[in-house]
Amino acid sequence: MLLIPCPFCGLRNEEEFTSGSEADRHRPADPIALDDQAWVAHLFERANPKGAVREWWWHGRGCRLWFVLERDTVTNAIKVVP
Amino acid sequence: MTGYRLDRGGRIDRTRPIEFRFNGCALQGFAGDTLASALLANGIGVVGRSFKYHRPRGLIAAGVEECNAIVQLGGDDDAPNMVATRVALTEGLDARSVNCWPGPNFDFGAINDRLGRLLPAGFYYKTFMGPRGFWPLYEWFIRRAAGLGRVPERRDPLGYEKRYDHCDVLVVGAGPAGLMAAVAAGRSGARVMLVDERPEPGGMLLDAPDDIDGHPALDWVAAVTAELDVMANVRRLADATAFAYYDHNLIGVIERNTGRANLRERLRKVRARQVVLAAGAIERPLVFPDNDRPGVMLASAALAYVERWGVAPGRRAVIVTNNSSAYDTARHLKARGVEVAAIVDLRATPPATALAEAAGAGISVHVGHGVGGIRGRMGVTALQVAPVGEVGGDWIDCDLVLMAGGWTPGVHLFSQSGGKLRWEPDLGCVVPDRCVQAERSAGACRGRFGLASVLADGTRAGAEAARAAGFAVRDVTPPVASNGPALELALIWEMAGARGRRAFVDFQNDVTAADIRLARREGYRSIEHVKRYTTGGMAIDQGKTGNLNLIDVLARAEDVAASAIGTTTYRPPYTPVNFGALAAQDAGPTIVPWRETPMTPWHASAGAVMYEAGATWRRPGYYPRPDEDMEAATLREARAVRFGVGIYDSSPLGKFEVRGPDAAAFLDRIYCTRILDLPHHRIRYGLMLREDGRLFDDGTVMRLGPDHFFLTSTTGNADAVYAWLERWHKCEWPALKLWITPVTTVWANAVVCGPHARDLMARVTEGVDLASKAFPFMAVREGKVAGLPARVMRVSFTGELSFEINVPARHALALWEALIDAGRDMDITPVGSEASHVLRVEKGYISVGHEADGMAGPDDLGLGRLVARDKPDFIGKRSLAIAAWNAGPRRQMVGLLPENGAALLPEGAPVMSVEAGRDPSAPIGFVTASAMGPALGRSLSIAMIDDGRALIGRTVQLSARAGSQRALVVDPVFLDPQGARLRS
Ligand SMILES: [Zn+2]
Repeated sequence: MLLIPCPFCGLRNEEEFTSGSEADRHRPADPIALDDQAWVAHLFERANPKGAVREWWWHGRGCRLWFVLERDTVTNAIKVVP
Repeated sequence: MTGYRLDRGGRIDRTRPIEFRFNGCALQGFAGDTLASALLANGIGVVGRSFKYHRPRGLIAAGVEECNAIVQLGGDDDAPNMVATRVALTEGLDARSVNCWPGPNFDFGAINDRLGRLLPAGFYYKTFMGPRGFWPLYEWFIRRAAGLGRVPERRDPLGYEKRYDHCDVLVVGAGPAGLMAAVAAGRSGARVMLVDERPEPGGMLLDAPDDIDGHPALDWVAAVTAELDVMANVRRLADATAFAYYDHNLIGVIERNTGRANLRERLRKVRARQVVLAAGAIERPLVFPDNDRPGVMLASAALAYVERWGVAPGRRAVIVTNNSSAYDTARHLKARGVEVAAIVDLRATPPATALAEAAGAGISVHVGHGVGGIRGRMGVTALQVAPVGEVGGDWIDCDLVLMAGGWTPGVHLFSQSGGKLRWEPDLGCVVPDRCVQAERSAGACRGRFGLASVLADGTRAGAEAARAAGFAVRDVTPPVASNGPALELALIWEMAGARGRRAFVDFQNDVTAADIRLARREGYRSIEHVKRYTTGGMAIDQGKTGNLNLIDVLARAEDVAASAIGTTTYRPPYTPVNFGALAAQDAGPTIVPWRETPMTPWHASAGAVMYEAGATWRRPGYYPRPDEDMEAATLREARAVRFGVGIYDSSPLGKFEVRGPDAAAFLDRIYCTRILDLPHHRIRYGLMLREDGRLFDDGTVMRLGPDHFFLTSTTGNADAVYAWLERWHKCEWPALKLWITPVTTVWANAVVCGPHARDLMARVTEGVDLASKAFPFMAVREGKVAGLPARVMRVSFTGELSFEINVPARHALALWEALIDAGRDMDITPVGSEASHVLRVEKGYISVGHEADGMAGPDDLGLGRLVARDKPDFIGKRSLAIAAWNAGPRRQMVGLLPENGAALLPEGAPVMSVEAGRDPSAPIGFVTASAMGPALGRSLSIAMIDDGRALIGRTVQLSARAGSQRALVVDPVFLDPQGARLRS
């Protein structure tokens, strides 16, 4: 179980959090302007890299803050993103 | 094997005899015995039967790696698959062998041993393949033949608990390395936890005598333990197993010595800043014909039985070895009175010092020899000495054969932590290489076997851990000890096999060296595949004895180095863990604490049958009157709503406040329904789509002010909807000014519904004009109901005139009782979720989780008109325009009227086409909901059917389970399609 540094609460157990997947992947500003292929890629394709990823986490069973942290998908080492 | 109790020695209390039973036999041991040592002391050689061939088996080990002596405990300790070496002997203990009937000495299953050629590697996959339909028969046979332990039928009379724990340095293992690590870290002031799976500290020093600082090593253990026990910053847990190493230094520890008589075990989830792994090593067996006969055991185990429990496992031993440790073992055994007939040394040139020592002790050594065979089925009677690589040779009479195959470092926790292993060519084993977490290994578990180097390594690791945890470490000097002679291990484990004799690699699962070679010939090369195909390493010891030999056999068959084979993955738990400890307090009513509405006391007094309503809520399913079954009660309640007045507790519905200047703009993006133009005090039925265009949730949106909205969600989705709203606001559109508050339990709801609802409301409502013109459908009013401040909404989940009354939860019971009182002469009927379901089906309303199954879009559910396609954007909008979505026929929601109007169609029943040219057996959809319509007075169903709306007016076929009948496809709104009733 990961130990996750909530910027508001400090180190808390993973079971209090919900992962929100890739942080730098935002909804396109104008989805209608995208063709089908680009839109489907946005919906379903993920980079899933080996190594460092920036991802959203939600302290839903705590202070309810959404925040971004950097996690290594190989070692699970976590860094807080300011 | 003819074990017996020695006159002296052992760490048992000979003044405290203990009575116990084994397979019904009354026996006696002493306090301090394990079940295993007590059995040996009583001369019991056969303790169980193997899994596949039901071969008689004896003890092979003295510790957690034992894989033959698997027992079921009876009475208050009732538990399956306990390992006899891990069971402390207690008064009245009642143990039975598993996997044999009627008993281990005579077992009907032993016929499998004769049929061995029919049970090769992977026999499950080969034998039980066909013919079709025979699997249930095979399963019946396999389940009975497999027959490992039996699940206890009674609740454990003792309790379990679990808790979190924290420390700066966790030391796993209280052998010489772990004790030194704890001392080094403890003296720095760090908070240290020292855990060890054995009841007392010392590790290998308990098993094999040695000297430290010129005195018996156990004197040193006692002194160090005393020092640790007075340190306020050190906690020492004995009889506590660190069984799992999870992310971020979370270690699971099962503590059996709980300090409380009514507590069997305690699970500690320890979050440690730094970890020292000092787990020791397990001796490696050798692979020779009939190496599983009772009386063949690990050399270290024999020594442990002698030293720890004063039990000689046999009278005349032969030690088979590929290294120099056997010579020490022989000397110790001899000193304790166990005769050593010979040492069989696989090495071509053992060190001269070792040979001289043996000669001095009068022990004959067979250099360059191995074992050709074993005599004795129920217990060893003789061993055949064969030159290495050959079969045949002289027989030596003996009743005990000791295997000394070198050491397997205990890398389990290290590997679980994510650390990478490295092959150690000289030792023929794997050792820790690269660490991933904040841990380090010390001593035998990283391939250091000499006592002096183990003590030094532990000291280093403890100091390193304390320093890494931020503590200043003073110099700690390890005590003086000797490393003893070097192992000088020869990389030989398997001996030439005699024809027709089995040489075992995995004892409990009956995996032989030949099985591994067969698996390879059949194409299994990866060690992970060979393991699963042969089941080698999958027995109760999880490969602690067999894994390295499995790799060795495979490597030789492949003619590659063992390092090229790799290892299988080590996963928790290190040793078996009781489910009781994992569940602990989370059992019975606390496993999922129910959420109850404020009206629950009334429901209970009215005799409601309570249902789970989703999201751990409980709500009435129906309120049976005496002599009413569920069907009758449901129909009565539903009819009351259609023709009179009912009252329904809808408090569990998810509720949310959304406030702020951008609240309307935000919700307009969240819902596919139009929200921006929603007038004050009006309500709209809102659909939330996922971004892929499928329906996510439905509910109502109410506007209470320009910047103030109140939403409801389905009960089961309330948490998901809240997370959804927060995610979109905080991660995608943080510039929008609003905030979201979940208020599900702040408000409680009572719904008054039915044609007489307005009459009832008129009796109890103040300050609200209830006339339809003044208070139309989908409007909200604030006023007083039964003297309580309330919001009243005209929404309907039943198709009838309805008033949903929301009051602060603390008033809800008073409201409910007042409404029941006021409606008594109108025969007001409380309605449960069964009737609610019936009413929604008859009205053709969708249910999230039934028709909206995560695949259906709004138009598929007949709700296309609610999608405001002219809005510039909303979640899911782009997906609704994907060409592929609109290209083919869609699965659409329709109604079904089955031929037999008196019986319900089973929900989930497949629906087939009867059109010419269509496959009559291929489902074109399925039934999602069925009900006996209270207004229509017949059975009706909702279904999702391919291109279903085009089939309206035609018939479809139902499967045999649904009565092989036909049904008429109709519009899903069976009642009042114009909505006159709910708008009345
Ligand atoms: Zn927080």
